[in-house]
Amino acid sequence: MPLVLTEEQEMLRDAARGFLDAKAPVSALRKLRDTNDPDGFSRDLWKEMAEMGWAGILVDEEFGGADFGFVGAGVLAEEMGRTLTASPFLSTSVLAATALKKLGSDAQRQQSLPKIAAGEMLYALAVDEGAKHAPAKTAMAAEKHGNGFRLSGDKTFIADGHVADKIIVAARSAGAPGEEQGLTLFLVDAKSNGVSVERTQMVDSRNAARIRFDGVEATGDDVLGEVDGGYAALEGVLGAGRAGLAAEMSGAAQTAFKMTVDYLKERKQFGTEIGRFQALQHRAAHLYSEIELAKSATLKALQELDESYDMAGVVCSLAKAKAGAAAKLASQEAVQMHGGIGMTDEYDIGFYMKRIRVAQEMFGDPAFHADRIARLRGY
Amino acid sequence: MSDLETFRKETRAWLEENCPKEMRDAGAGGEDAICWGGKRWTFQSEAQKIWLQRMAAKGWTVPAWPKEYGGGGLSRDEVKILKAEMRRLRARSPLESFGIWMLGPALLKYGTHEQKAHFLPPIARGEIRWCQGYSEPNAGSDLASLQCKCEDKGDHWLINGQKIWTSYADESDWIFVLVRTDPSATKHTGISFILVDMGQEGVSTKPIKLISGKSPFCETFFDDATAPKEHAPGVSAIVGELNKGWDVAKYLLTHEREMIGAGGSGSLFAARSPGEIAAQKSGLGDDGRLEDTLLRGKIAEADVDGWAFMLTMERMKDEAKTGQGVGANSSMLKYYGTELNKRRFELMMDAGGSDELEWEGERTRDGKLARGWLRTKANSIEGGTSEVQLNIIAKRILELPGS
Ligand SMILES: Cc1cc2nc3c(=O)[nH]c(=O)nc-3n(C[C@H](O)[C@H](O)[C@H](O)COP(=O)(O)OP(=O)(O)OC[C@H]3O[C@@H](n4cnc5c(N)ncnc54)[C@H](O)[C@@H]3O)c2cc1C
Repeated sequence: MPLVLTEEQEMLRDAARGFLDAKAPVSALRKLRDTNDPDGFSRDLWKEMAEMGWAGILVDEEFGGADFGFVGAGVLAEEMGRTLTASPFLSTSVLAATALKKLGSDAQRQQSLPKIAAGEMLYALAVDEGAKHAPAKTAMAAEKHGNGFRLSGDKTFIADGHVADKIIVAARSAGAPGEEQGLTLFLVDAKSNGVSVERTQMVDSRNAARIRFDGVEATGDDVLGEVDGGYAALEGVLGAGRAGLAAEMSGAAQTAFKMTVDYLKERKQFGTEIGRFQALQHRAAHLYSEIELAKSATLKALQELDESYDMAGVVCSLAKAKAGAAAKLASQEAVQMHGGIGMTDEYDIGFYMKRIRVAQEMFGDPAFHADRIARLRGY
Repeated sequence: MSDLETFRKETRAWLEENCPKEMRDAGAGGEDAICWGGKRWTFQSEAQKIWLQRMAAKGWTVPAWPKEYGGGGLSRDEVKILKAEMRRLRARSPLESFGIWMLGPALLKYGTHEQKAHFLPPIARGEIRWCQGYSEPNAGSDLASLQCKCEDKGDHWLINGQKIWTSYADESDWIFVLVRTDPSATKHTGISFILVDMGQEGVSTKPIKLISGKSPFCETFFDDATAPKEHAPGVSAIVGELNKGWDVAKYLLTHEREMIGAGGSGSLFAARSPGEIAAQKSGLGDDGRLEDTLLRGKIAEADVDGWAFMLTMERMKDEAKTGQGVGANSSMLKYYGTELNKRRFELMMDAGGSDELEWEGERTRDGKLARGWLRTKANSIEGGTSEVQLNIIAKRILELPGS
C-alpha cells in the first residue's frame, strides 16, 4: 500500500478543511473557553459533523456509518488538529466506535453504533488511574457479585468524561496491578448509581473528567469483550486512539509551523526579515524534517490499523512517540520564534502549545511509547 | 494470480537458484564486502564474480533502468519486490558504484541516446568504475565557485586544474568532472559536465588518509588532460549543454543525497544496532531490560526516529510516483539520514564501551565499529554538508528569504 492518501481520502480532507476553517477555527475554541461553556464543545457543530458522516466515520454502513476506515478517521483528526476543533470525535467516534465495533456483541453493536453514527450518544474511555498512563497497572476493582460485578475505583484524565452518556472503563477482575492478565472492559451508563463525575478543565481548554466508581453494579451484558482478557482488547482500542491523537498532533504541528514560517517572512528586525537569519532558518528546516517524519509514521499507523488491526499496536506507538515529540518541538519553536507576541493570550500560537501538551500526554507520552518499542526490540 | 504475484514467485525461485550461498550474508561484511566493479577490481571470491555476472545478465544490478541500457526495465513495484526478495535471502547487492548511484541517473535524464547506449551498459555490468570530480580545494560548499579549466581545442577539450576529496579516484577508470568552460560567464553559467578517461598521463591521483585510517579518497590532478569532443561517433564528452553543466550537477546531487541519506536507515552499510550491542555488553537486568536506563532511552529515541525516517523515505518515493513530490526533499533525507546515522554510531560506541576502542586485533576485527563510527562523520559532509542541506530546505521548501 503506497504511503499516500487515496483520491477519496484527499477529497475528505479537502472537504473537512473547508468546513472546519469556516465553522470551527481557533476562535471557536477561544470562545468556548472565554464563555466557560458547560459542555466545552458545540453540540450544534457536532450535529453537523454527524450529518456529514464524521461521527460514524468508523461505523459500518449497516449501522448508518460512513465506514471510511482509520485513515479516514485520521484525516479528520488531522484537520481538527489544524483548527484545534473541540469535539467528542476522539472519544466517541474513534475510541468507543473502535471498541464497540471490534469487541461488542451483536446486541451491543446494534444498540450503540447507530447512535454513535447519528451523533446522539457520547462516550468516554476511562483507563488512567495515576498521573502517567500505565494500563497494566490498573487497580480499579471489578468484584464478582451475584451474576455480575461491582466496580470501585478512581479514574482520571478521561477525555469528554463530563459529557459522556456511557463510559467504557477498564477494571481488574483478576490478578494484581502490574499484570496484563485479569483486566475486563465494562460499558457503564454515566447515570448509574455510584458514578460521580468531576469535570476537570484542562490546560488546553478542552475537557476531561475524574470519575469515581463507588460500588457501581454491572451485569454480564455490560462486559465488553472477554472477562479477564481485556488487556489485549484495550491495547487495540488504545492503538486507534494513539494513532488518532498522532494525526491530530500532526495537524496541529503543521499549522503551528506554518504560522511560524509565515511570521519569519513577515517580521522585520535589524532592517530585514528575521527569516533571513540562518540561525532561525536552520531551526525551521530541522523542524520541517521532524514534522515530515511524524506525518509518515502517522499515516503508516492508520494504514496498518485498516489492514491488520491486530498487528498495528507497535506502529501506533511509533506514531504517538514521533508525532508527540515533533509536535512538542513545533510548539516550542513556534513560541520562541514569535518572540513576545508568541507569549500573549491574544495570539493563537499558545493554544497550539497547550493542546499539544495535553495530546502528547494522553495514552502515553513519547517516552512511554519509545520504551515500548525498546522492550519489543529486546533491550 | 496478479502479474506482481507471478513476478514475485518467479523472482523468488530465480534468486533461490542463482544467488550463491556465500552471497547470502548482506550487511555482515559492511562496506568492505561491497562489490564496486571496474577494470581494476579483483573479486573477493568466485561467488562474488558469479553473482555479479548472473544479476547483470538479468539487468538486475540496475533493475529500474531501461533494458536497452543494460537495466532490468522493471516497474517501481517490481523493483520493490525484487529488493524484498533479496532481503528475504539476505542476498548481498551484486554491485554498487558511483556509476549506478550518480552518473547513471544523470545520464538517463540529460544524456543523448548515444551517450546512454555507450556508457550505461558497462556501468550495469560493473566493467567501468566511475568517480566524481566536483569538489576543489577552494570550492566545497560553494561548489559553483569551481575553477578547473576546460578549453576548446577544436577536436578535443584541454583540462587543467585540481579536484579534491575524489572518492576512490585511484581505483576508478573514468571520472565525471565539473569544469569551467566559460570563465567570463557568471558563477553558475560557465560550468560544464564532462566525462573523462582517467587512463591518460594528464590525470593523476594522490590518496588522502582519513581519520578512520583508510584512504578512500584522493586529490585528482588534471595537467593538460584531454577528452575528445566525441568519445565515439555521436557520443559527446559533454553531458547536457555546454555551459549548462550546473543543472546536470544539481540533478546528480539529488540522487547522491538520497543515496547517502538512505545510509541512515542502515540499508546500505547495515551495521549492528545500538540496542543489540548494549544488550551484549552491559547485560540485562532481572526484568530483561538494559540496566543503563539513560542509554536505553537514547537508543529507543534513535530507534523511533530511524523507523519513522525509513517510512519517510518510502512516503517520499510514493509521493514522487504520484507527482506530489517536492524535489528539494532529497536535502531533507540527506540531512536527517546522515545525522541519524551519526547518532546511531555514537550510541553503538557508547554501548560498546572500552571493548570497541581496540583499534587493532582480532577481538574488534581491527576496530571495525570504531572505524565505522569515524567514517559516519563524513556522512554529513560528503555530498553537501548538513548546514548546506538546511540552507536548501529553508530556501527551496520553506521559501525563506535568501541571505
Ligand atoms: C568521505 C568524503 C567523500 C567525498 N567524496 C567526494 C567525491 O567523491 N567527489 C567530490 O567532488 N567531493 C567529495 N567530497 C567532498 C565534499 O562534497 C565536500 O567536503 C563538502 O561539499 C564540503 O566542502 P568543504 O570540505 O570544502 O567544506 P567547507 O565548504 O569549507 O565547509 C566548512 C564548514 O562550513 C560550513 N558552511 C559552509 N558554507 C556554509 C553556509 N553557506 N552556511 C552554513 N554553513 C556553511 C559547512 O557546513 C562546514 O561545516 C567528499 C567528502 C568526504 C568527507
